[in-house]
Amino acid sequence: MRRALVLAAVTAVVLLPFWWMISLALTPEGDPIGFVPDRPTLDNFGTAVQAADLDRAFANSSIVTIIAVAANCVVPVLAGYAFAHLPFRGSKVIFYGLISTAAIPVSVTLIPLFLMAKHFPLTGGNDLLGQGGSGLLDSLGGLLLPYLVGTMNIFLSRQYFSGLDRGFAEAARMDGAGELRIFLSIYLPLARPLLALVAVFSFTGVWDDFLWPLVVSTSERSTTVQLAITVFASTGNVKYGALMAATILVSLPVMAVFLANQRGFIAGLSEGGIKG
Amino acid sequence: MRRAPDRRRLFGLLFVLPAALYVAIFQLGPVLYGLVLSFSRYSPLSREGAVFVGLDNYAALLDDPEFVQALLVTGRYVLQVLPFTVGIALGLALLAGKAFRGVGFFRTALYIPHIVSLTAVSMIWLWIYSEQGLVNDVLALLGLPEQRWLVSEDAALNAASAMRVWKALGSNMVLLLAGLHTVPRELYEAAKVDGAGRWARFRHVTLPGIRPILTYVVAMDVIYLAQGFPEIFVLTQGGPYGSTTTVNYLIYTEAFQYNEMGSASAMAFVLFAFIAGFTVLVIRGRKS
Repeated sequence: MRRALVLAAVTAVVLLPFWWMISLALTPEGDPIGFVPDRPTLDNFGTAVQAADLDRAFANSSIVTIIAVAANCVVPVLAGYAFAHLPFRGSKVIFYGLISTAAIPVSVTLIPLFLMAKHFPLTGGNDLLGQGGSGLLDSLGGLLLPYLVGTMNIFLSRQYFSGLDRGFAEAARMDGAGELRIFLSIYLPLARPLLALVAVFSFTGVWDDFLWPLVVSTSERSTTVQLAITVFASTGNVKYGALMAATILVSLPVMAVFLANQRGFIAGLSEGGIKG
Repeated sequence: MRRAPDRRRLFGLLFVLPAALYVAIFQLGPVLYGLVLSFSRYSPLSREGAVFVGLDNYAALLDDPEFVQALLVTGRYVLQVLPFTVGIALGLALLAGKAFRGVGFFRTALYIPHIVSLTAVSMIWLWIYSEQGLVNDVLALLGLPEQRWLVSEDAALNAASAMRVWKALGSNMVLLLAGLHTVPRELYEAAKVDGAGRWARFRHVTLPGIRPILTYVVAMDVIYLAQGFPEIFVLTQGGPYGSTTTVNYLIYTEAFQYNEMGSASAMAFVLFAFIAGFTVLVIRGRKS
């Protein structure tokens, strides 16, 4: 019982900033700020959507995130499966080579990736050699560039599939099933917890990212939700009520995805993911 | 009869190929490109393109007080957040480790700060630290003098640090919980039989048992914290007087405001070396 009380107290303190965020967002502009708003209103949300250009940011972020999640549920998962069940000469070396890139700081690849996006051939007015235009800068394609394959997802997938029985595949091969069919109809259906983990990781990673959009997006045309709230926050006199409303709106999708998957997610983290 | 395994290997290669090509082009490629840039002078605005300058960029960094300060700020940031966020998370994991009704709620609730983006939580803390914000309200309530947290040289980095402790608690706790579950129960029973008290059991059973995951948590925290950027961008813009300019923030301004992409790349590789060195230290420390 004492444990529960201590935990409850700590949890309350940890959640306190979120409580204030909500309270502030519901307080009318100019009213005194309190623990509970006296005259709660949703006006701040309307102000936020208009002033922060949130609708465009939401559209952009949604498209980019959905494509990135879809790509990450296919490409790295397929590779992880092969590393676990279809090894070939040199596959171990390739695996460790791929995984080691996860340790590279973002700032090391940031500038080169920016230049690669800028000089991407045949986009944004560029010629075949990537000269003459702005390439993928300020476009959804540019935003997507570094998100399509998360190396951590290759690792997670290999770990997950290593834990699954190879006997199913042997039996199916006896019956003459092809390798792609074995993967799609036997192993993929068993990998739902893995896909949930990969999807949540990719979703939050892409939706929450700030530094890459900050450099690759040069106008509101390709703005993202995280960019939009910082632009909003920096426009002179900060109106905290509307800013908190914008912050809530921007954070709702990741919260929803997390809460919908939290059982599998936290269980997955504690069972599969990490071995020391 | 060798044909079937051959086919399997071929498919293995085919399945790996898309991911491997992508990572080679968009992860490893940029690392090599960045390395070349770090030995060059390059501004996207100038017409001459990249000019090879050898080690000049690296040599210049040694004499650059801004860069040295940024390294110190980053080091202090990592070192002052780490013990709190790991220590408190370990305490919480020990509390939440035993199953009781509602424990799942606490685990989920404590994880939420980790899910919400650094940019978004920084907005909340921007208000908390503002002149009419929560911290000053509490201080006023206690009869203590108010402060301008984000614009004072002494307080700004500590303010950002407190936020990072808060943000990482839940995710560290969940990972450490996973570690606690791997400690065999028999060991506790045996230690009890031997008359080991609570502290002795923690010291000699729990701690060695969660060593691998603890190492992982510390290493990941170091890697994340050493790259602090969005919170600095939102809360302080590196100020006042560079007192919160982390290396990552300096790299961003150097590359994208001053267009010095060569020297910014050199900074990035120095940061990389520091992070890698620190991580190796953490892993080594675990073994001894």
